[in-house]
Parts: sequence; structure tokens; C-alpha cells
Amino acid sequence: MKDGIRLLLGGALATAAAVATLGSGATAEEQILFVSQGGAYQKAQTIAILDPAAKKLGIKINQDSAPDAWPVMKTQIASGKPTWDVVDTPTGYCIRGGEQGLVEKLDFSKLPNAAAMPAAYRNDYSVAYEFYSSVLAYSLKKFPAEGAAPKTWADFWDVKKYPGRRALRNHPIATLEAALMADGVAPDKLYPLDVDRALKKLEEIKPHITVWWTSGAQSAQLLNDGEVDMVMAWNGRVSALIKEGARVAYTYNQGILQSTSLCILKGAPNSAAAIKFVNEAVDPVLQANLPLNIDYGPANPKAFDTGIISPARAKELPSAPENASRQALMSYAWWSSPKGEEAEKRWLGFLQK
Amino acid sequence: MGQSASGQDGEQRLMLLLAAPALLVVSALVLVPLAWLVGQSFYDDGLSLAHYQRVFNEAVYWRSFGLTFRIAALVTIVCLLLGYPVAYAAAMAKRPWNAVILALIVLPFWTSVLVRAYAWLVILQRTGVINQLLERVGVVSEPLALAHNEFGATLATVHILLPFMVLPIYASIQKIPHDLMQAAASLGGGPAYAFRRVFLPLSMPGVISGMTLVFILTLGFYITPELLGGGRVVMVSMVVSRNVELYQQWGAASAVGVVLLVVVAAIFYVVGRIVSLDRILGPK
Repeated sequence: MKDGIRLLLGGALATAAAVATLGSGATAEEQILFVSQGGAYQKAQTIAILDPAAKKLGIKINQDSAPDAWPVMKTQIASGKPTWDVVDTPTGYCIRGGEQGLVEKLDFSKLPNAAAMPAAYRNDYSVAYEFYSSVLAYSLKKFPAEGAAPKTWADFWDVKKYPGRRALRNHPIATLEAALMADGVAPDKLYPLDVDRALKKLEEIKPHITVWWTSGAQSAQLLNDGEVDMVMAWNGRVSALIKEGARVAYTYNQGILQSTSLCILKGAPNSAAAIKFVNEAVDPVLQANLPLNIDYGPANPKAFDTGIISPARAKELPSAPENASRQALMSYAWWSSPKGEEAEKRWLGFLQK
Repeated sequence: MGQSASGQDGEQRLMLLLAAPALLVVSALVLVPLAWLVGQSFYDDGLSLAHYQRVFNEAVYWRSFGLTFRIAALVTIVCLLLGYPVAYAAAMAKRPWNAVILALIVLPFWTSVLVRAYAWLVILQRTGVINQLLERVGVVSEPLALAHNEFGATLATVHILLPFMVLPIYASIQKIPHDLMQAAASLGGGPAYAFRRVFLPLSMPGVISGMTLVFILTLGFYITPELLGGGRVVMVSMVVSRNVELYQQWGAASAVGVVLLVVVAAIFYVVGRIVSLDRILGPK
């Protein structure tokens, strides 16, 4: 789901699907059009959150998917007649959308479930919906002993003590954070990012990076095939490998906790029902259902108090309190600020040097 | 005289009419989008040269253009060196064998580019077929870096584009009468001399179109260098997609495409002046 982005196709398909959905369902009952990222992730949500929420609220939830919602959001607003109501998209797009007038400001008095969540998990325009993490993963063939395996980004950068081939994501998001932690910055003191310092630190490890990966599938393949011995990868990709029996492991230590969020499009056709849905979607019980269906963590920490998630399962989830406390929480506000955009623009120049 | 001219006119009009559907399709699918692309490249919240200023001022673009043209030239040369003998063999071989050779060339066309890129990964990567073999035989102690670099990306691109070189050369070699070489021999030309003075010039139309096809197609390659380049081989196509994501404006990407188009057109203009395509392609 967080894979490389095929704008054109995704956008075109999503628009076509949206038009098709609109044409078919016109009943008196309240309804919304909810958009997520498709695939196994959207199926898991349908079971865990969407169906129960529709039943509880007595509304109809039409679904659509867009691997990259951003360009479609822009087009919908530009057309003056948006068809989407609620979008599940990386938090940065919600914030940027809010700043550019694409996304409605949220009234948290109507969202008691969201208002009860930690302030860092929400902003003026959106509320976190699920968490994933960029973690340090490694091969158990190369590092069989738990004590001798890389556990921090400083270890990842230490090519003498931890020899082996490495891969990082071909994108500055989370990669700059890891570099700064490797350089000794505490996980809770990362922002605002010192981009110069991060790139300088990355310059150090660059000769030892075999692959700068672009898709989640690629990161998993590299580790699984033994092409690299350690990699920064998304937790869901690594745990899928482990389930298939691959001899790999990962640590949440110094992981970078990332989220997608729910936001409501400006001028959404069913905004009243949309607000009700957003509140229900972060309900602790529904949120607790999510990790029973897919390897993503609930965004509402109260989900862990419902008793639905077993302690063993909680240990595997990026947003479980014990795991979250060992990680850095990504600041999407920083990444969507002009400084963050500037950092993204510098990335290609860094790679080419 | 006048009658025959009007007959010619009528025939021309008929031809034009017959070609009209094709012309319409071409204008709808090529010219209109192209005009749209060019138009967008000048748009940035109003008429603006901002996208072009960026392309000309920032080194990242020129590095990518340089790399892309270098790889395209390399792929073209390697394809020519590998493809010419294959085309020659296919054109000269006797009955069942020429079909076998052609089938082997065309067969990979039925496999998707993505699958072929992954197949090359299986062959080239550190734990891949070649490295395991070399290590077992004891030729190398450390696996060779065959994938995730320019070498891997170039090799896989050559593989995918080879048919585009072989088929046009095959077509023009096939048209060369066999007795021409015999005539050259009877006049005292050695095989090498006859090949250089008679055969090669006659196969040039195929060589030129093969080289043109391969060169142009390489310029737009995306998936293969992305998967086999390890993130280091940043071709122009990737810069185009990056610009859509980064600037969230089609214009930022369009400008890169337009510059590529103009540069390619300029190259072909210059090459055309030097090689004189007319003499090679056009039997006057």
C-alpha cells in the first residue's frame, strides 16, 4: 500500500471507479464515499472498521481506492464538485491539503473519540487512522545471535562492527530521521530536522548502500534473497517475510512511527455523515479489530485497553505503547512545511553525487 | 498531358482520403497530447518559464540527461554489435533454422518487461545464478556486483531492445540479392572487401532504423533501470515522475519531457546532416 506511486493510472482508475460508484447507489439512506489505498489493507479495514461502522451508524459506506490520492484530491477540488467524502492517506497529504484548501478543518467537539487521542496523533485537518513503522531489519543468517545483531541506527552506520551489505529507501522521509539518530540525535529531539547534518551523515554510509529501494516489495525481496544483510523497511513487509519462514528479524528500537490519517474533503457531498464516520473509525473497539486482520497498528492507543488485542499480538504492533515509546514519531507537519519540501527536492542531488 | 495530370490529382486525393482515418488517429493520439504537454510546460499558476528555469539551473537535470544519453548510446552500440551477426545469420540460414533464430528473437516479446527485469535480478544479483556458479568454481571469492548498478541496468536494457535492432537489419539484409556477393567475388573482391563495399552499405537502411529505434526507446526506459539500477541509475523518465510527485504540477514534469524531445530532435537533425539519411534510405 505504501508502495511507489503510479500517479496517472491510480488517479484515472480512481476517478473512473468514483463515477461508477456514484452512478449505482442512490438511496434515501445516508451514505459516504470513503477512499483508501486498496489491496489487502483496504480489505482488512472493511472487515475491521468499515462494515461495523456502517452497521452501528446506519449509513452506507461506498468504497473507492486510490494508491495515491493526492492528485485526485486536487482534481476533485479543482472540478468544483468533489465526489469523495473521507480519504485515508498519508498524514502529510492531509496537512498539505488543509493548507491548500482541499481539506476541511475538523471540529473536534464532534469527534469525541479523536479528541481523546494523544495530541501528537491529530492536527487541525486530520486524525491518525493506523500506524506503521520504518524499522531496522536484518538477516538472521548474517546475524544469528540476538546480542550481536544491529539494534540502532548507529549500529547500521557502523560498518566495522557490523559488516555486510545495506539498503535504504530511495526517499528522504524517515531516512533523514534515521541518519540523525545514527549521528546521536535523540528520537524525541529530531524536529526540526537538521537536513545538512543528516545528508552529511548519509554521505558516510552511502558507499556501503547496495540498493536504494523504491517499493516495499523490493525491500522485502532484497532481504529475503540475501542481497542485503540489513535494511530499513516497513514493519508489515518484514513481518510478512517472517510469517513465510524467512530467516529475518527486525527491531522497533529507533523505528520511525508513521501514520495515515483520515481527512474530509472540502465541500464533501455528505459532510455530516462523514464526520460521524470519522469519529466511529477511530473508536477504540473498531481500531482494535484492525491488527487482527493486518500487520498495522491501531491509531487510537485505547484500542490496547479493550482486551481485543492479545499481549503477544501487541508486542508485534508498531503503535503498542511499549513499542511506540522506543520509536521516533514522524512529524508530518515538518515534512509538509517549506523546509520539508526543500529537503525532498535535495534528495536526488544527494543520490547523484 | 492535362488528362494524365488530373488523373494523378484524383489518385492523390483518393490516397489522402484513404489515409485520413490514420492521420486523424495520429493527430488525436500524438499531436494533440504533445501540444497539451508543451502547453502545460509553460504553465505555473499562469504563463511562466519557471519549469524551464529549474531544468536549466539545477544540476540534477543535466546529470540525468547526461547519464540517459550515455546509456542510450552504449545500449545502441552493444545492440548493433550483438544484433548485426544475429540478423545476418537469420537472413542467411536455410529453411528451418532461419525460423528458429527469428522465433528466439521474437519470443521474449511475449514476456512483460517487468518479468524480464526480475529474471535478470535472479541471474545477476549477489546470490544469483552467475555469482553462485563463479563462487562454486572458485573464480571469485566475493560475489561480483552485477546488479543494482549501471552495468545491470544496461545489460537488461540491451536484452529487451535487441529485437528492435535485429528485425530491421534482418529485413534489409533479406532484400540483398545473394548474387551480388558472388559478383563481387568474381571481380576479385575478397570476402571482407566485398562485405565492406557491397553488403554493408546495402544493409545500412536497416542499421540506421535499428539504431534509431533502440536509441529512442532507451531514452524513455523506466522500469528496467529502476529495478536493476539500485536507485543510482536516475534516467530522465524517473526525473519526470519525481517532478510530478515533488511539485504536484504536470508542468514541472512536462518541461523535462519537452527538453528531452527538443534535444533528441536536434541530435537527429545534426546526425541527418552528417550521414545524409536520404542517400541511405531513399532510393532516388
